[in-house]
Amino acid sequence: MTDVTPIRTAAESAILSRFPEAKASLPGTPAVATLREQAFGRFVETGLPHRRVEKWKYTDLRSIMREAAPLAGAPSAADLAAAKVLLAALPDFGAANVTVVNGRFAPSLSDLGALPAGVTASDLGEALGSGHKLVVERLGRAASADDSALALNAAFMAGGAIVAVAAGVAVDRPIALRFVSVGTAAATYPRALIEIGTGASVTLIETHVSADGIAHQANGVVEIFAGDETKVEHVRINAHGDATVDVSSLGVVLGGKAELNSFNFVTNPAAARHQVFFRFAGEHSTGNVSGASLLKGKRHADTTLFVDHAVENCASRETFAHVLDDQATGVFQGMILVRDVAQKTDGKMMSRAVLLSDDATMNNKPELEIYADDVACGHGATVGALDEDLLFYLRARGLPKAEAEALMLAAFVGEALESIANETVRETLEGLVEAWLKAR
Amino acid sequence: MLEIRNLHVQIEDKKILDGLTLTVNDGEVAAIMGPNGSGKSTLSYVIAGKPDYEVLDGEILLDGENILEMEADARAAAGVFLAFQYPLEIPGVATMTFLKAAMNAQRKARGEDELATADFMKRVRAGAEKLGIPQDMLKRGLNVGFSGGEKKRMEILQMALLEPRFCILDETDSGLDIDALKIVSEGVNALKSPDRAFLVITHYQRLLNYIVPDTVHVMAHGKIVKTGGKELALELEANGYADYKTLAA
Repeated sequence: MTDVTPIRTAAESAILSRFPEAKASLPGTPAVATLREQAFGRFVETGLPHRRVEKWKYTDLRSIMREAAPLAGAPSAADLAAAKVLLAALPDFGAANVTVVNGRFAPSLSDLGALPAGVTASDLGEALGSGHKLVVERLGRAASADDSALALNAAFMAGGAIVAVAAGVAVDRPIALRFVSVGTAAATYPRALIEIGTGASVTLIETHVSADGIAHQANGVVEIFAGDETKVEHVRINAHGDATVDVSSLGVVLGGKAELNSFNFVTNPAAARHQVFFRFAGEHSTGNVSGASLLKGKRHADTTLFVDHAVENCASRETFAHVLDDQATGVFQGMILVRDVAQKTDGKMMSRAVLLSDDATMNNKPELEIYADDVACGHGATVGALDEDLLFYLRARGLPKAEAEALMLAAFVGEALESIANETVRETLEGLVEAWLKAR
Repeated sequence: MLEIRNLHVQIEDKKILDGLTLTVNDGEVAAIMGPNGSGKSTLSYVIAGKPDYEVLDGEILLDGENILEMEADARAAAGVFLAFQYPLEIPGVATMTFLKAAMNAQRKARGEDELATADFMKRVRAGAEKLGIPQDMLKRGLNVGFSGGEKKRMEILQMALLEPRFCILDETDSGLDIDALKIVSEGVNALKSPDRAFLVITHYQRLLNYIVPDTVHVMAHGKIVKTGGKELALELEANGYADYKTLAA
């Protein structure tokens, strides 16, 4: 229908001109190549998401990405050495590591020989080319929305990791999926496919890291397929550098009688957009999607949720805390869709923000779309300053202003952290919150 | 100990304190009584350093040093303690965490070492026991879900642990039944000492049966209009504040 030639930004033009050459060297069977072409076709139609696209209203990638960074190549030995340094600074969760550098599986920085029993990890880049069963059956099935960031990843993904947990296995050690961007400023499109077999339980820690001062552009997609009666804790720590623009998509398909918690923590990147596509595929399951953003300077962090209650008898909880200082911007868009078949759905969504400066901005947009008639759903959003009377109470007991504020803010963020069941992980995040508050 | 000279205070262009002068000596228990709206709570907030108030004139000297320029936390470290009429609830901040933070902040401000955890626990347990505060209350969010009486006892526990020099009790008797009033009063009386002074603000004489004052000041229209001994409280109880309302006007 469109016979108007859209005006392309410099970044869009660069991305468009890059694909014909890039696709020749990107891995994949003919089926994967077709998928890339289709995805690229969608990007040709839509371009980078911008403020007139409702779901991207508050995160205008067209203006955030003035230029398109060149595609990252396969990591060199020097890149791997640099990645090792960045990874060493991450909190230690005592996890078994699976590492992806510049969008490619990095076995030398992974603990492939020491994975817990029942857990396998492999190279997604290789799997794309070999017609791996998981790629054929699962790729793009959890993160299937019509979204141009997702489309870009599908077009340009160079690899990543596959992690599979065998049915019935209670994994006793966290699995850390670590994504690193190193070298000069580059665009990376990492991807991960995670399959958790029936009755298995696991803690997944997903970290993203890059150095300060380098304008990387990361666009990662993680898809989690958690079968019936699984128990999954997923914590994502966005530790990207302060010049990185990070767009991330998490797709979840959750089976019946299962429980999955996903928490996203962000403090440092220049701009971050985390979108979650969460689908209940089996009854009597619970999904918690939560997160905390602590931002200062001119940082920007967006969390956009799409929770799809496609079956009966499931419960979802979404709890988000945003602490915004200086000229930082927070965005929360949460959509809970309750389809007509999804009777007895129990959904509660809450997004709360504290503004510590007159120049900080919060955009809250919680939404419910309900087509079933026997449900209990609610949502709420608050934006405010710290309570002056509480501050005075604490100061009258001798706490200096900064300490009193830190105590109140830690309690505020703590409410969102409570959804993390793994105590070690929760305490580590509490430590990160404390460190951020101390450095304010 | 505390000397207030010609204090004039307003909030949002409304004059609340109008040339108040008051002296409280070391070891003294001074009571301030007065009708509603006479400025009693404002006086307590201004001494403690609440930022909303505008001090137009006057001085508040603690041991000869003007504290008006000091922030609330610096005043606390210097020994001022206000037991709030309505203690605030702070969800998510465990009472223990708060007590430790407050005690250590004051110690730090005075250049003292932080308390060892064992020492801290010992002090809190002993203080809580005296006031009938159960241990599980200390693990809960500060004042969250506490009854009126529990909140007031928690205020007195804080007072005991922080060992202030100058204690202000703002309507501590409000919302207390007789049993709670006795416990709270015993807690206060146990803290009396020659180098500590109390300013007990109350609307009713009842509290002064339990915390016996050395001096009683009547406040009306933002100033002290009469000063006497403890018998003045009884006189007020019998005759009411009607005389003073007109006297100061």
